[in-house]
Amino acid sequence: MSISDRVIAIIAEQAVLEPSDVTPDSTLEDLGIDSLGLVESIFAIEEEFDITVPFNANEPTASDFDISNVAAIIAGIEKLVSEKV
Amino acid sequence: MRRVVITGAGTINSLGHSVPDTLEAMREGRCGISDLEFRDVDRLSIKIGGQVRGFEAEGRFNRQQMTLYDRFTQFTLTAAKEAIDQSGIVFSGDTAARSGVVLGTAGGGVSTWDDNYRSVYEDGKNRVHPFVVPKLMNNAAASHVSMEHNLKGPSFTVSTACASSNHAMAQAFQMVRSGAAPAMVTGGSESMLCFGGVKAWEGLRVMSKDACRPFSANRNGMVQGEGAGVFVFEEYEHARARGAEILCEVVGFAMSSDAADIVMPSKQGASRAMAGALADAKLNASDVGYINAHGTGTAANDKTECAAVADVFGPHADDLMISSTKSMHGHLIGGTGAVELLACIMALRDGIVAPTIGYEEPDPECALDVVPNEAREAKVDVALSNAFAFGGLNAVLALKRI
Repeated sequence: MSISDRVIAIIAEQAVLEPSDVTPDSTLEDLGIDSLGLVESIFAIEEEFDITVPFNANEPTASDFDISNVAAIIAGIEKLVSEKV
Repeated sequence: MRRVVITGAGTINSLGHSVPDTLEAMREGRCGISDLEFRDVDRLSIKIGGQVRGFEAEGRFNRQQMTLYDRFTQFTLTAAKEAIDQSGIVFSGDTAARSGVVLGTAGGGVSTWDDNYRSVYEDGKNRVHPFVVPKLMNNAAASHVSMEHNLKGPSFTVSTACASSNHAMAQAFQMVRSGAAPAMVTGGSESMLCFGGVKAWEGLRVMSKDACRPFSANRNGMVQGEGAGVFVFEEYEHARARGAEILCEVVGFAMSSDAADIVMPSKQGASRAMAGALADAKLNASDVGYINAHGTGTAANDKTECAAVADVFGPHADDLMISSTKSMHGHLIGGTGAVELLACIMALRDGIVAPTIGYEEPDPECALDVVPNEAREAKVDVALSNAFAFGGLNAVLALKRI
């Protein structure tokens, strides 16, 4: 499974949706994922890829990690995975 | 001052998953204590407890709830639902705005601490689930009850070791009696039966390896239990106006502190709490027919408690009945007073006094009618429920038949 598919599977599970319902331009708000759900999704992503996502729930917009939509999240994860030694 | 009555009761513990099942077990003198089953139990020297069996959280709670509910919260929500359903009270409008939840627990989410410490220390993981804190916090259960049942008034958690739920219920009682709240959901819960929870208790060397035998000369310590007891305390006229069934009346309480020792009990502290509860309820010592003892089954507690009863009740101490249901369900620590209140309700409402099981040999230092081994039919007008905690913090409730 590609990184993209794995991230979408995690987000879909959090949103209680089918992966096919999660599109690249979906926002977390569109998917009904609230702040706790976001933190839980990031935890699941970190566990899945064994990476650390630089995300501070106090200041989501100031974090060096774009969560504006699913495509941005996938791109961020792909970058973190590629940087992993 | 308003009158306060109990209109709903709920429980889950090693004797049963509901109040009727628990009372039936108490009537029959059944023992809920057995071999503990959980990870690493073979590394414990204490291997028995009053563990809740056959409780499936899956199916009862959804996936999102499961990530937020420690076992002590699951127990609390299960008992709270039974109590509120029985009461029939609907929390809406002004009733919702002014009614709250006060619950006792000593340890809160002990198994959540345990699981996650294991994960980071033993398994070497460096990341824990984001909900560890909201899951383990001591007020998690009270908060989830407030959310589930729309209780928007004063809500908090009381933590006074083995007296937690009695202190909590005393608070709830005061709030309803003073008119601050028309009703309060109250009681307590505990779930410490995991490796770390039992290992910590082992350290004190007050635990029995075979059975809890309160007041018996051959008693050799306490046995832990787990579960929850939750009640609806309601203002009498409020309950009558909606035609609610009344289980009994709560007529008084007292709290005292030994100010003496962090673990050893004090006869004076216990006496002052019992005498204080009678005074608060404007009752004479001779009115009391039954005392649900703290009765832990340790050498120190049981003889101190019996001496305190003799002091407070004088000659009447020989006429009243006193039993410890911990012999059946174990010591639920912060939830114990709540489950034990059920025995008081059974005595007052049903006229059946729960026994002290496992009683084998009389102890001259516990020479009271401890209702040994078999339940007894008796008309009881007033009952006391004792709780004397580590730290010397005592809370006694007085209840009356209605």
